[in-house]
Amino acid sequence: MENRLSMSSSPHIRGDVSTSRIMLDVLIALVPASLAGVYFFGLHAALTIIICIVSCVLFEYLSRKFLFKRGNTISDLSAAVTGLLLALNLPPALPKWMAIVGCFFAIVVIKQLFGGIGQNFINPALGARVILLVAYGTRMTQWTAPRGFNGADAVTAATPLGILKEGGELPGYLGMFLGNIGGSLGETSALALIIGGIYLLVRKVITWEIPVIYIGTVALLSWVLGPEGIFTGDPLFHILAGGLMIGAIFMATDYTTSPMTRKGAIIFAFGCGLLTVLFRLYTNMPEGVSYAILLMNTAVPLIDRHTVPKRFGGGANA
Amino acid sequence: MKLFKGGVHPPQRKNTAEMATVAMGVPSVVIIPMVQHLGAPCQPKVKRGDTVKVGQPIGDSDAYVSAPIHSSVSGTVTKAEPLVLTGGKPVMCVEIKPDGLQEVFEGVKPPVVDSRESFLAAIRASGLTGLGGAGFPAHVKLNPPKDAKVDTLVINAAECEPYITSDYRECIENTHGIIEGILQVLKWTGIEKAMIGIENNKPEAVKVLSQAVSGIPSITVHSLPTRYPQGAEKTLIYALTGRQVPSGKLPADVGCIVMNVVSVAFVASYLKTGMPLIKKRVTIDGSAVQNPGNVEVLIGTPIKEVFDFCGGFKSEPKKVIMGGPMMGVSLFSLDLPVLKLNNALLAFDEDESRIPGETACIRCASCVRACPMGLLPYELDRLVNAKKFEEAQKLHILDCVECGCCVYACPAKRLMVQSIRIGKDYLRRNAKK
Ligand code: SF4
Ligand code: SF4
Repeated sequence: MENRLSMSSSPHIRGDVSTSRIMLDVLIALVPASLAGVYFFGLHAALTIIICIVSCVLFEYLSRKFLFKRGNTISDLSAAVTGLLLALNLPPALPKWMAIVGCFFAIVVIKQLFGGIGQNFINPALGARVILLVAYGTRMTQWTAPRGFNGADAVTAATPLGILKEGGELPGYLGMFLGNIGGSLGETSALALIIGGIYLLVRKVITWEIPVIYIGTVALLSWVLGPEGIFTGDPLFHILAGGLMIGAIFMATDYTTSPMTRKGAIIFAFGCGLLTVLFRLYTNMPEGVSYAILLMNTAVPLIDRHTVPKRFGGGANA
Repeated sequence: MKLFKGGVHPPQRKNTAEMATVAMGVPSVVIIPMVQHLGAPCQPKVKRGDTVKVGQPIGDSDAYVSAPIHSSVSGTVTKAEPLVLTGGKPVMCVEIKPDGLQEVFEGVKPPVVDSRESFLAAIRASGLTGLGGAGFPAHVKLNPPKDAKVDTLVINAAECEPYITSDYRECIENTHGIIEGILQVLKWTGIEKAMIGIENNKPEAVKVLSQAVSGIPSITVHSLPTRYPQGAEKTLIYALTGRQVPSGKLPADVGCIVMNVVSVAFVASYLKTGMPLIKKRVTIDGSAVQNPGNVEVLIGTPIKEVFDFCGGFKSEPKKVIMGGPMMGVSLFSLDLPVLKLNNALLAFDEDESRIPGETACIRCASCVRACPMGLLPYELDRLVNAKKFEEAQKLHILDCVECGCCVYACPAKRLMVQSIRIGKDYLRRNAKK
């Protein structure tokens, strides 16, 4: 018995939280948004979700096994999360093979090429979305009409932000809140995304700083920088439109590509909000969330370097 | 009250809180190491074949930073030779075969204390070392450099580690001994006041101690939020006084001296009886133990005999820990002896011993939020693994108190404390050269 005592370095106990539990929580938090997507955009949406999750998991498994010769990590569920997030950021009727190309870029190029979970410097799902936008611009901006939008037989529709740029009749706030508008599969229902966000907060998977400051910054700046001069903007429209909710709650809070300290998170979230508004108002792109977050992702190492926490007993010149 | 940042809430498992201390009696053999403190090792003053008595000094050193070591039994010395204990390096040990009579050494008599100097000399002779923490000799601690203006004696009764209840039992069973000891220390060191800090998960201890200090203005009792590592020296001082011990400095630099409740109660008993430190109350618990409890154990008792006294094991022990699960040391053998600074012995069954494997850091920042010292544990881990020790030093790796909060909180189960120890060792070794 003597030599069978196992030795370990303290501490000898561990908390309950594990990587896979966190990822499972993110998947659970995305269920309302996924259901809303399927409800508004139909079977195609469901199919896209399933295909993206399966391809991301497969790409993760295959690339690690054959390309990078590393251990199998699909059980940490992070690939499934990336798949679902990518699906929710795609137009509902995107050809499925394009979605699969996106999954390839997300997992193999953006995530595994840089060393796998925790190593990528931009958000895989967002990075893949932007690659698809560049490669298949037309199909990536064709939006399906949600069920019940302007009569049942409409097949294509513009997004609220598109209408704002191109002109036309804007949808009401209620439709935007519930998700009955054109847009990416999982981004339209603010209600569903907020429910998911509250779940993540309750489960302590995320903290409030990034979503609240990001959304708050967008609201404030879009109000201040209104079309008819200062304080004439429509903040409610801007926080309900486009990918802001899903971006602020699910994409900007991605652990790997957001800062490590509270101070850093605040700077990061403010930067995301600022860039989003600037892109939306002063460029010809209707939507700015993806680019804003991706740009801020690349600033994270810099933010981390300048927001080292104050150590205990460090005194004034810590 | 100041709350330190960070910390974690491990399960408390204070199963033995209501179990009164039971004295174990004389074991079949005692093994007494000559190093049980920080500082110079003691030289054995006895040799094979000598007979010794209870309380007889069997090891001492001329060095100031050292504390003598006494026999906990009467009997015959059977060995005086180096043995490998927890540290990996062999240390000189004296093994004594008890005769069971427990005859007390003639030299054991109440010390004459009439000044600060004679008080400190008595403390040194008692063999007292820091019972809660690293094992710093008590007379050194109580005699800070002249320029340090110490105004507060901090009494640590926080007991924030899971499982351990030995300090709590001291509070309940020896309330007046604690107060008596505090008054003695205040009297002879000239420190003005004492503050007792207890986590608020021990309301009974708060109650009895508060009652006992009513009418004694120099001692106050403070109930602190239950959050690990509340009982770490730096976080405890901060909670009670709002002072932060600067990195690399001692509590005395911010006017505090910290003593554990058990230590201070021992001071009272030593001044009364002259019986040196030869026994300890130890919490015996863990999933593999048949009858957990608090046991008064003679120092040097082989751990196996202590567990046997508690009914042995109900399942095969896979891991045995000296101390608590957050900061204790895992032992390779049950033949190792109980030491002066022991307060708990835990035996874990297979399930409880299992530690999930390390996976990649996902940058979740849990470790950063959990670190009471305000460090970046994930980054220290990464830098040590990349052998970038100097960079780790710039991020204050040497400030780490090895509390384990970061590892406890980490979803990827990174072995950060282990890396940090490697980094600290490397830096200390290279600094000495
Ligand atoms: S880095 Fe050190 S002080 Fe900070 S939590 Fe980890 S073990 Fe504790
Ligand atoms: S808690 Fe673990 S996974 Fe999270 S940042 Fe720290 S080391 Fe990385």
